[in-house]
Amino acid sequence: MSEFLPLFLAVLLAILIAPHVQKHADRIWLGVTRINFVQRNGVFVSTYLVVAVVTWMLIMIVLPQIYMIDFSFRYNLLPNEIGGPKDVYTLSNYEYLIFGRPGDEDALNWLHLKVFARTIIVSVLITLADFAICYPIAYYMAQVAKGGKARLLVLCLILPFWVNEILRAFAFRILFGSGGVFNVVLQGLGIIDQPIDFLRADVGLYAGLSYAYILLMIFPIYNAVESLDHNQVEAARDLGSPWWRIHYRVVMPHAKPGIASGCTMVFMLCAGALAAPQILGGPSSLWFTQIIYQWFNTGGNWSRGSAYAFVLLICCIIFVMLVMKLFKVRFGEIAK
Amino acid sequence: MSADVELDHVTIRFGDFTAVNDANLKIEQGEFFSFLGPSGCGKTTILRAVSGFMDPTEGEVRIGGKNMWGIGPNKRPTALIFQNLALFPLMTVADNIAFGLEVRGVSKFERRKRADELLNLIALPDQGDKLVGALSGGQRQRVAIARALAVEPEVLLLDEPLSALDLKLRQHMRTELRSIQQRVGITFIYITHDQGEALTMSDRIAVMSAGIIQQVGDGTTIYNNPSTAFVASFVGENNPFQGTVTNADGDYAVIESKFGPLRGRNTQGLKDGQDAILFVRPEALTLPNGVQQADNVIESVVTNEEFEGHFMKLHFKGEGAKPIGLSVTNDGSYAPPQLGETSKILFDADRAVVLPAGAMADE
Repeated sequence: MSEFLPLFLAVLLAILIAPHVQKHADRIWLGVTRINFVQRNGVFVSTYLVVAVVTWMLIMIVLPQIYMIDFSFRYNLLPNEIGGPKDVYTLSNYEYLIFGRPGDEDALNWLHLKVFARTIIVSVLITLADFAICYPIAYYMAQVAKGGKARLLVLCLILPFWVNEILRAFAFRILFGSGGVFNVVLQGLGIIDQPIDFLRADVGLYAGLSYAYILLMIFPIYNAVESLDHNQVEAARDLGSPWWRIHYRVVMPHAKPGIASGCTMVFMLCAGALAAPQILGGPSSLWFTQIIYQWFNTGGNWSRGSAYAFVLLICCIIFVMLVMKLFKVRFGEIAK
Repeated sequence: MSADVELDHVTIRFGDFTAVNDANLKIEQGEFFSFLGPSGCGKTTILRAVSGFMDPTEGEVRIGGKNMWGIGPNKRPTALIFQNLALFPLMTVADNIAFGLEVRGVSKFERRKRADELLNLIALPDQGDKLVGALSGGQRQRVAIARALAVEPEVLLLDEPLSALDLKLRQHMRTELRSIQQRVGITFIYITHDQGEALTMSDRIAVMSAGIIQQVGDGTTIYNNPSTAFVASFVGENNPFQGTVTNADGDYAVIESKFGPLRGRNTQGLKDGQDAILFVRPEALTLPNGVQQADNVIESVVTNEEFEGHFMKLHFKGEGAKPIGLSVTNDGSYAPPQLGETSKILFDADRAVVLPAGAMADE
């Protein structure tokens, strides 16, 4: 029944439009060729561009997301109940994230809310850490290093990312494990007696997440800093400015769009990361995406999973918008 | 406050390349001093060594008698005006001017007051709240000067700051720079490849070529008494005649050239047998207007005429590809020879100078 409706609509649309198109084919063709965009790029290229963008935006992104939003407002029903009297819209999936099961002792669903808060806060901290690590590298590459040295540095940054994500994550497990490099070195130096359980303390997770998105932080900042006229740095220095003020007053304001773009990307991807928390997270710690994954996968509750995922998405967007507002970055600027 | 600047055997090398070779000079306090030379002659390198962006490979840069080695640009009593000005585009005009004061921890109120004073000095009152991008080229130029003056430097360094302006504005800014320098009374060190700028503004000029300071002197000396073939050919127009010294007698020397023996002042103590070049300026050459006698008389064919308004430039066939230039004042006293005519050219030995043969400036 449910497949019939779209099909019926499509056929109806075709029947209504087809004669019209046939009748005015010449005029439509003429109209199309007159469009500025078509004239500039030719019929073939412009058709491709329109189809590609529409496919990408509408079919691959917007439609499935709308489908998921729709999911998130429905009950998780058995197949034979779909379309039946129980198939109505509800806020229960969202309620669950906040209030938990109606019969629970606590008024709120502390477990999930805490994981959510932790995910956001840790993502912010990782974004800040990445910024602190990447800004000096990006500045060095863009303003200090010359030719060959800068290229070598870029290569050194890119090549490790050829190794796939899972392998990199497990490598971090080895690094931070009880017999890993860090523990061995620290023990060898006599700083500690017993190996530290870095993984249980989530050090491995934080390090892994920070490392995973370094490039996404470096390159936007690099691009922005590179366009800064080096004379401005020298001028500030000549006027007596210490190095930190040069960065604070001259370089960073100039690089603000790049910094914003890097930070939003790292924050969004970090909050939405799944592989690193799965592999590197301590046994007792959860990342919010892991809960979402559980709802979809082991829980078999796509409705609730979608609701959780949307809460994460919306909160992240709101958060990013607020921060951008705070730092007076316009939305268009981060696309530069 | 104003300070003198001393270059004591300053040599600056980049790897194998010597950018500045044993520069020695003293710039007096309150002086408007220019370094003049073609691009790549090392003048900007000297400026960077004075401002502190690099240190000399050998020798010392002293400002106010103090050796500046290892002292960074932010710690030196100098302020630099960049060729492209390097104003901060994201700051207002007032913030730009007051940046050096902000660095020094001056309060916001004081900063604004000082910026407004300087805006008055550069004749841009009430423009403090604009962004730099909203100003014209000449206004930006003046803001750059104000920004540098705000930190009250003892020495102001200017790296071809007028090169981006159009001709009219450039000439106006020359006068303006000179008058600002006289008002504030600090030492100005000006880098330029434009001899007009150097001659009109400076108290003294150092002419540089290939890392070597060729001559230091005031504009008149540089123009009238060049000491090397490079200076003679680089500053102003000059007609070279190559030859060998045949008769040197202290103050004067005669060289044997393609146009016969020519006599000029012997300022560099040349001896017989040395290769030399005699230089004589176009305005020192005259046509035989009734007078047929002079220290030097040569004969050549007119190959080109350029009418410039208040004078006419005649080109005669020279020794090589380069013609001999002669300017005739347009005072209607006589008719110059026509194209293709042969004419005598006369000049006094006192207005010609014989210099040791050496590299000349490229045209």
